[in-house]
Amino acid sequence: MSELIYRFQYYFSMPMVQYAMVVGVLIALCSSLLGVPLVLKRFSFIGDGLSHVAFGALAIATVLKITNDMLLILPITIITAILLLQAGQNTKIKGDAAVAMISVGALAIGYLLISVFSESANISGDVCSTLFGSTQILTLTVTDVWMCAGMSVLVLLLFALFYRQIFAVTFDESFAAATGVRANLYNLLIAVITAIVIVLAMNLVGSLLISALVIFPALSAMRVFKNFKAVILCSALISVLASALGILLSLLGTPVGPTIVAVDIAVFLIFTLIGKIFGGKVA
Amino acid sequence: MRQLTCREVALGYEGKAIVEDLNFHVDKGDYLCIVGENGSGKSTLMKTLLNLKKPLRGALELDASLSHKMIGYLPQQTIVQKDFPASVREIVLSGCLNRGGIRPFYSKAEKEAARSNMEKMGILPLEKRCYRELSGGQQQRVLLARALSATREVLLLDEPVAGLDPKVTKEMYELIGKLNREEGITIIMVSHDIAAAVRYASHILHIGRKPLFFGKTADYLQTPIGKAFAEMGGEQE
Repeated sequence: MSELIYRFQYYFSMPMVQYAMVVGVLIALCSSLLGVPLVLKRFSFIGDGLSHVAFGALAIATVLKITNDMLLILPITIITAILLLQAGQNTKIKGDAAVAMISVGALAIGYLLISVFSESANISGDVCSTLFGSTQILTLTVTDVWMCAGMSVLVLLLFALFYRQIFAVTFDESFAAATGVRANLYNLLIAVITAIVIVLAMNLVGSLLISALVIFPALSAMRVFKNFKAVILCSALISVLASALGILLSLLGTPVGPTIVAVDIAVFLIFTLIGKIFGGKVA
Repeated sequence: MRQLTCREVALGYEGKAIVEDLNFHVDKGDYLCIVGENGSGKSTLMKTLLNLKKPLRGALELDASLSHKMIGYLPQQTIVQKDFPASVREIVLSGCLNRGGIRPFYSKAEKEAARSNMEKMGILPLEKRCYRELSGGQQQRVLLARALSATREVLLLDEPVAGLDPKVTKEMYELIGKLNREEGITIIMVSHDIAAAVRYASHILHIGRKPLFFGKTADYLQTPIGKAFAEMGGEQE
């Protein structure tokens, strides 16, 4: 046991592990806050769809040899998010079908582009780490950490400032619109925040697993708590703790992304059990 | 005081009119019931009144002293709300959002307004309860309290008793009538329940068939359709 503690102490003296922890916790916090309105609005799958678009954008950036690939990935993902969330109701192809279509389409084209144009010796290794996160998080530079921290603070600020509006458009969009709240504007805000969080989270868990980070903490919190504020706070807390634990465990040699998701799943099972046992007696 | 005037309005989708030549007006303190069969354009009219949709032709005018921020709305329940984790208080407070202000929290006055609206609707003891665990009638009261938080002038109600049992339906109608009489709030209700409409409303707008009817409830009962209805014994029910 003491040897294990010693090993963790050793790992934590390394800057790259510290960076990974900071970034991981911030991303977990943002994605879990956002997860609550997304799950309630029946948009759980949007995270999945957008992350595949982000993967496609990454592929384009690689082919074009753009050094700062964020400059391409972020705008493309934001635009897709706006199109999906905004036009969801009125388009010929309905919401879930549109998400599925864009999602697999971007994934296929992305891999196609990388396979044809990439000069890397280990294409499948590169693709695998983009999809599942793998060791990427341990190779973060100081710039990455600051960028990630900046974005997270932006997301947190927006969320705190517009908390009431986010509640209103999530619970009842038509009431909000009818009584003079600019519902479309706030839906747009949710779309943009979603895109930012997805692109950030890609670094942590890889693009195939982002949805887990968005939906699991929200779903766990909803098993036990029954008012919006408690669900949001609980979701944030679960996500931060689960991600921290996941990153710690992954130091023993497992891939980061799947480890975090596994912890999230365990927490979900525990909360489901608590919800069943107390049958709604918790606040 | 005239609050709303509807002149030669045509409503419909993608250029096809469902309702044409719609003329009516609403004065302060009126209780207008909009009746008609399914598909007659009641919901479309509701959306137009709420400014969520534009009429194909014609004009819907609000009095200069009113803005859309003064209209409260009781929508039909959505699927999203069935499993939504929110307390009664959170929902009623969210009605205050249209009072504006860039503060990221509700003011003392707004919290007080929400509280008094919950009291009026008799749901103050349920304040901390979860919305999805309430009965259908209680949920409607919560949404009514929220609508009151958004307005002091006009309430638009979309099928407010859909899915409620007869006893709760009666309570709901009485609650709405009380708001109309005692608080002077103008009521505009969409309903397919003609029996309740002629009993509670001061004015009736019957759309979907020609001739359209708009006028006082007593006059409505003199029209062929109103008479047919009265003969069926609907009035005594």
